[in-house]
Amino acid sequence: MATTRHHLDPRAWALPALLVGLWALSSYLGWANPDLLPSPLLVLDTAYAHWQSGELTTGLQASLIRDLSGFVAGSLVGFGLGALLGVSRLAENLVTPTFNTFKQIAFFAWIPLLSMWFGQGELAKIILISMAAFIPVTLNTFEGIRSVSRELAEVSQVLALNRRQIWLKLILPSAAPQIFTGLTLALIYSWLATIGAEYFLSAGAGVTNPMLDGREQFDMALVIYGMLVIALLGALFNAIAVHLERRAQRWRSHL
Amino acid sequence: MTTLTSTSALTSRPLWRWRPAPLPKVVLAFILPITLLALWQLALQQGWASPHILPPPQKVLQRLWALAQSGDLSFHLLTSLTRVGWGFLFGLLIGIPLGVVMGLSRTAESYLMPTFKALSLIPPLGWIPLLILLVGIEEALKIIVISKAVVTPITLNIFKGIRIIPAGFFEVAKVNRLSGWQTFHRLILPATVPSLFTGVRYGLSNAWMALVAVELLAASEGIGYLLVWGRQLFQLDLVMACIVIIGLLGLSCDALLARTEQRLLNWRRSAY
Repeated sequence: MATTRHHLDPRAWALPALLVGLWALSSYLGWANPDLLPSPLLVLDTAYAHWQSGELTTGLQASLIRDLSGFVAGSLVGFGLGALLGVSRLAENLVTPTFNTFKQIAFFAWIPLLSMWFGQGELAKIILISMAAFIPVTLNTFEGIRSVSRELAEVSQVLALNRRQIWLKLILPSAAPQIFTGLTLALIYSWLATIGAEYFLSAGAGVTNPMLDGREQFDMALVIYGMLVIALLGALFNAIAVHLERRAQRWRSHL
Repeated sequence: MTTLTSTSALTSRPLWRWRPAPLPKVVLAFILPITLLALWQLALQQGWASPHILPPPQKVLQRLWALAQSGDLSFHLLTSLTRVGWGFLFGLLIGIPLGVVMGLSRTAESYLMPTFKALSLIPPLGWIPLLILLVGIEEALKIIVISKAVVTPITLNIFKGIRIIPAGFFEVAKVNRLSGWQTFHRLILPATVPSLFTGVRYGLSNAWMALVAVELLAASEGIGYLLVWGRQLFQLDLVMACIVIIGLLGLSCDALLARTEQRLLNWRRSAY
């Protein structure tokens, strides 16, 4: 893909360099209100202090555990439901309309309800995150299993494979690329939900804390630092997702 | 689509054995919601859950009706829809040119795409604290956050849509001496309609998500505000009524888009 090329291409850095240059210059020359646009050095200082105090590590740990628990829980349920819908027309007709309606509700809208039912703590957060992961995994597992070719299904019947063999040799390998696509999406959605959960269900450590504290204390350097942390983590999850997706593509071409 | 449940001449042993007499799909579709409602009702009657935590379904319906009657619903809905409308419009106005420029010019892509992708790694929620400090918590904040959520899928899809146009088509356009506008109108526009629609679809669903988020956080009207308000008053019937409204909005939006897409794609097919 074209995306890998950018890392080597010096032109990719032109715009960021220009923007940071302008930023540094304007704060050096005092063009902008330093409360609104702190100098890049101040942001670096803030980052260093935050790292030194150990807050960064605690926040990272808390957020990642939260994110992964929700992702795993949501993906497991999603895989189960998607597989059921995939093999049974009856289940599909029973569940899909309700599922499609549920899917249309922006998941942040569940936050007030979840906070009433499960409090502001970890449980509510993990449930929200797992809801975000659940939807794409269900959809893609379902579609993946539905796209298993009929010829192959017939061959497996001719070979008189048993139920277990059919799952292991036919259904899962054929549906795997699409299931991976679902997991990739789930990884990204659950990260969004993690940020949302920390935002709205305040309590406990997390990576969004500097951003939120910065806003409350009108500390722009802290806000910008917080955004950088989010962006870097976003980049990390994106890289994992791209890697997974490529794996799936390779798998597909092997078949 | 082929399925495992379909029978064939070869079948000696069906993959999925249980095959009851088929009920009409519409009937099947309602079984699960009705069961859930019945369980909900039962939970209240048996006292498994207090009505404060789980308001009875008819109370939610009454709440919806009252909201519609008093005009509150249309007021808040209109506010939210206006925000989504403006945000979406700005998203298109920024996203389409950006996607077109990067799609047509490799140079523009090399300069802009990495920064664009880096910026899109920060989700709309991540921009809110910065934007609150810069522009306050008025309408501008909401519209900027929604536009940001819309721009990313629009730009990326337009970009991809242009890149998948076969180079030969551009050569044909050149041979026929189409002007820049004609090339755009006759080739680029029709070829990118499907990708634009994918972008619009994702953009709109992102826009709803951003709207709910930003209204939960900082608003004094709108459907998301109503949701928070209900939460603060511990009126879960109001909260659930809002969730129902948000779901209905999403559903109707999706249906509308699917119809428009079909129409536009039909137009495209007949153009060739």
